[in-house]
Amino acid sequence: MTPPVDGPWARFRADFAESRLAMAGLAILVVILAVGLLAPFISPQNPYDLGQLDVMDSKLAPGEAAADGRTYWLGTDDQGRDMLSGIFYGLRISLGVGIASTVFALAIGLVFGLVAAYFGGWIDTLIMRVVDIQLSFPAILIALVLLAVLGQGVDKIVFALVTVQWAYYARTVRSAALVERQKEYIEAARVLALSQARVVFRHLLPNCLPPLIVVATVQVAHAIALEATLSFLGLGLPITEPSLGLLISNGFQYLLSGKYWISFYPGLALLLTIMAINLVADQLRDILNPRLRK
Amino acid sequence: MLAYAIRRFGQSLFVLVLMSFLVFVGVYAIGNPVDLLVNPQADEVERVRATAALGLDKPFLEQYWVFLKGAASGDLGKSFVYNVPALTLILDKLPATIELAFVAMVMAISLGIPLGLVAGLKPDSFVGRGIMAGSILGFSLPTFWVGLVLIMVFSVQLGWLPSNGRGDTLDVAGVPVSFLTVDGLAHLAMPAVNLALFKLSLLIRLTRAGTREAVLQDYVKFARAKGLSQTRVIGVHVLKNILIPIVTVIGLELGSVIAFAIVTESIFAWPGTGKLLIDSINQLDRPVIVAYLLVIVTLFIVINFVVDVLYSLLDPRVRLGGAAASH
Repeated sequence: MTPPVDGPWARFRADFAESRLAMAGLAILVVILAVGLLAPFISPQNPYDLGQLDVMDSKLAPGEAAADGRTYWLGTDDQGRDMLSGIFYGLRISLGVGIASTVFALAIGLVFGLVAAYFGGWIDTLIMRVVDIQLSFPAILIALVLLAVLGQGVDKIVFALVTVQWAYYARTVRSAALVERQKEYIEAARVLALSQARVVFRHLLPNCLPPLIVVATVQVAHAIALEATLSFLGLGLPITEPSLGLLISNGFQYLLSGKYWISFYPGLALLLTIMAINLVADQLRDILNPRLRK
Repeated sequence: MLAYAIRRFGQSLFVLVLMSFLVFVGVYAIGNPVDLLVNPQADEVERVRATAALGLDKPFLEQYWVFLKGAASGDLGKSFVYNVPALTLILDKLPATIELAFVAMVMAISLGIPLGLVAGLKPDSFVGRGIMAGSILGFSLPTFWVGLVLIMVFSVQLGWLPSNGRGDTLDVAGVPVSFLTVDGLAHLAMPAVNLALFKLSLLIRLTRAGTREAVLQDYVKFARAKGLSQTRVIGVHVLKNILIPIVTVIGLELGSVIAFAIVTESIFAWPGTGKLLIDSINQLDRPVIVAYLLVIVTLFIVINFVVDVLYSLLDPRVRLGGAAASH
């Protein structure tokens, strides 16, 4: 039976499902999101409630039983914290930071990109010059300097990530909008004497979305990786709000003595997250790229 | 061309001064270095003396002015911690970073373009899919985690490669390099692979995407119709056209490889500028932070300029600076 292909959504779903790899990525992503969301309910312990930690259980290997008989499937860290619970909570923070910074950066980039494309002239030149200068520097360097100045904290890292990311969206939206603006349906909408705001937001914007969706998906993965890297370098989140990067950093000092699990498993969770997002993004790019349409 | 170069130089100078101001404002706002540098038991007199000795008692604008005057004559201030000129400190560490970045980039280019071509020509074959899956993996793996796994496997488990430092170096024209000694190569191997992995994946994807689009183009079909050999079609017609964006990206990535070296150097304790930056941030060594950023920004500006010139040489359709096009 061939799937019924009616309407853009059904076609989109059918195209997406063509790649089994992308479907696997999507499935993993759904599980990871669920784990992050439900972390407080499914974790064996609250890893940051000091009352639940027992120093006697510190640095247990994966699968080893604790003094009270319970098993730590992924081992414990230097303070006797269950790594599995630590990873669940860490995922929550990593995902939260990644998604929040992407949403803010997307909103800001969208507005600047549309304004630049729609008004043109010196506004366009000014905005795009700032974008160009910013994009000529690696994101990690800008974020590093910002965080060195701002200090640690969730709000600060989100701010730093938004600052380095908005330019990608502004550039993507602008180039898409410049192409779309020339098309006949925009002319038709203008001829119908619709208001400017309606033309921009109801006609222009939806047609600029496909490339933006691709960029945004990729950028969520970038944001998560960047936050983890910065936290690993000791410049991201404070120890009270441990993301996956901070867990990995914490385990680094025990790595050389063979206690690999404190770093390795949070790293595996980070890798799975980023990879799942990238697989989904890859398929989205192939579907939404008209040049590869058969 | 000359007019273009002069205009670019003016723009670059403006960006540099602007950056120096922003960085100076930012760095000026963080902490009080005196707290870290002076013995906690020191009395008030001692603290005031130290503050004056570092020039931190002057108003902000005066400090910036002193810095600018010094910078114009190549003096970027003295490190608070080591009490030597910050620029000297950075230039001493720069060869290590450049060696690492260069080796990583050579690895990425010499593997990335051939693999990308194969994946682009046979996107649905087993090999093509395998290369692509590998590149997604390389793209997804955060640099610092790959570094940890490398240490875990090759240093801790197998004990084959050393996990930190540069090893024995040999002086070439007064600059110490690692890649000429066996011990140095052993030390270089893991950091270079670590740094190259991301760029390798990027180049594979870029080359593959370019190839996939290029083989559908009329000029490639025409070249095939003329009866040219596969090697010539791929080697000349396809490669030459996809090389333009690739060269641009390689050029731009050269800068980012130096920035990403910060992470790799921190993991492998590679004594380069990146590790120096992280140490300086933790020790609030303001002059070194500012000097590092200015050196890096200058490096980026030079790289971007060279890439633009290369771009115009590779693609005759591109005319530098617009003005030349009207001639």
